Amino acid sequence: MRTRALATRIISQFVRDKRTLALLFLAPLLVLTLMHFVFNGQQVKPDIGTVGIPAPMTDRIDPDGAHVTSYANREEAEQALRDGKLDAVFSLEGGKPSILLEGSDPSMNKAVMLVLQKSIQADMLTIQPAVSYLHGNEDLSSFDSFGPVLIGFFSFFFVFLLAGVAFLRERTTGTLERLLATPIRRSEVVAGYLLGFGLFTLLQASLIAWFSIDVLGLYMDGSIWLVLLMNLLLTLTALTLGTLLSSFAGSEFQIIQFIPLVIVPQVFFSGLFNLEAMDPWLQKLSYIMPLYYGADAMRGIMLRGEGFDDIETDVYVLLGFSVAFALLNVVALRKQRAI
Amino acid sequence: MVQTHTNIKSAPEPVVDLQGITRRFGKRTVLDGIALRVGRGEIFGLLGPSGSGKTTLIKLITGIDKADEGEVVMLGEKMPKLSMLQRFGYMAQSDALYQELTAKENLLFFASLFGLSGARRKERIQAAMSVVDLLDHLNKPVAAYSGGMKRRLSLAISLLHEPELLILDEPTVGIDPVLRQSIWKELTALRDRGTTIILTTHVMDEADKCDRIGLIRDGRLHAVDSPQGLKDRSGADSIEEAFIVLGGGVRA
Repeated sequence: MRTRALATRIISQFVRDKRTLALLFLAPLLVLTLMHFVFNGQQVKPDIGTVGIPAPMTDRIDPDGAHVTSYANREEAEQALRDGKLDAVFSLEGGKPSILLEGSDPSMNKAVMLVLQKSIQADMLTIQPAVSYLHGNEDLSSFDSFGPVLIGFFSFFFVFLLAGVAFLRERTTGTLERLLATPIRRSEVVAGYLLGFGLFTLLQASLIAWFSIDVLGLYMDGSIWLVLLMNLLLTLTALTLGTLLSSFAGSEFQIIQFIPLVIVPQVFFSGLFNLEAMDPWLQKLSYIMPLYYGADAMRGIMLRGEGFDDIETDVYVLLGFSVAFALLNVVALRKQRAI
Repeated sequence: MVQTHTNIKSAPEPVVDLQGITRRFGKRTVLDGIALRVGRGEIFGLLGPSGSGKTTLIKLITGIDKADEGEVVMLGEKMPKLSMLQRFGYMAQSDALYQELTAKENLLFFASLFGLSGARRKERIQAAMSVVDLLDHLNKPVAAYSGGMKRRLSLAISLLHEPELLILDEPTVGIDPVLRQSIWKELTALRDRGTTIILTTHVMDEADKCDRIGLIRDGRLHAVDSPQGLKDRSGADSIEEAFIVLGGGVRA
């Protein structure tokens, strides 16, 4: 009953606060849309200058893959490269093909190498292997690949921020003290917050998932219900962690200070970047990061069509995190009231 | 409240009984050996300058905070105790109200926390708001309230569950004289109906309206008596002078 009264109060406060509602619901959509356009844009087409390459070979350079310009001599081509007009110079030196790359952009280097290697290899009689995909397909873009992680991340980030600030304000405005001068239990306070905020995080998680899959067309091979479940669990963790940490903050600004400490490291370990290149002992740090489990499961469901059996561990770990944070919060409230 | 009557064994049993209360924050001793008894149906004023430990003492009585030494007994129960939070009404020094919500929503929320529901809750909200004369502003958002109205709303909230003990931290601070008088009228009326009231103030002339006053300064209770008793004892004409004489004599 007290829990419900508290949840009802939080919901009516929230509904009045249009700006915060917009931040919770619209900001993630905006950022995801931007990400979608940045990473799903047209393929990069390198500008390649050729010097003394025989026509049959230049003709084999895929016109969809690169802009090819022929130069009369090497100096002219290299000048163009220095001026930023070219990304690479392709020439024959002593009868051998040689490539001079501009070099400052790794992705551009790779694009040049890919186009040129194809045209050179076509000379030799190689057997082309038949390529097929276990998961995904050849159209899978980088946005498709890390989109599931982003869905989890934005749900996590915005809920963490809002829950932290809301609980902090309850304390700094003195209403928490007033609240604790009523016969409400500390556990009822935490439960009320979970319930009130839980409703909005549920809506937010569903909105983000729906928007990414149906509107942005993110690659989706699994069950939408599992995506929602994982997203909800992630936001629940963010909610409990946010309220817990707000006990250790004195102002809104100090909540912001938790972002580089708590949020940013999780991004690195969430699977956006490949962890295998990292020291093995550093990799183990990911085990204490909620986002790692959420992202792992989201990727599994959306890219590899995994079912509940495959993500079971992630579900239990996130539930464990939430329960632990909530219990710690009940203990932390002791700081505000002796009983 | 039926429960309360079973707890009263004999008439002189105090509503609040403090023994040897000491509270330290780090190395600083905020309250030092406070002993105090507040009887049923009196208005007891804690008078002292800001920083003297009034609010800390109030928090110890309510059980929000816990003393390092000594014992707080309220209505026969040792504090802090969760169920006792149902037995008194509390008004904090700052207006702890939810600004985005209307007065009614604030009242509904706190009434529910005290276990009121349905027709009874509605009835109590009406009654409490009529006491502080805010019935016409029930559906206004608190953000649109003036400072005095917020204070009165806070008082109404503390009256919601008809507590037998009211603990008010600076109830009249920042309120104009007319309103202050009307709040005092209400407090005396409540007292006459049997409610015990403990309040803090740093306004000397307000202390005159209390049945008994405790002079508190630097965490020590220097004297406890009726306003007239304090004046007689110190040979002073006003509470202010009495405070200077009895409160250690040293000007802060």
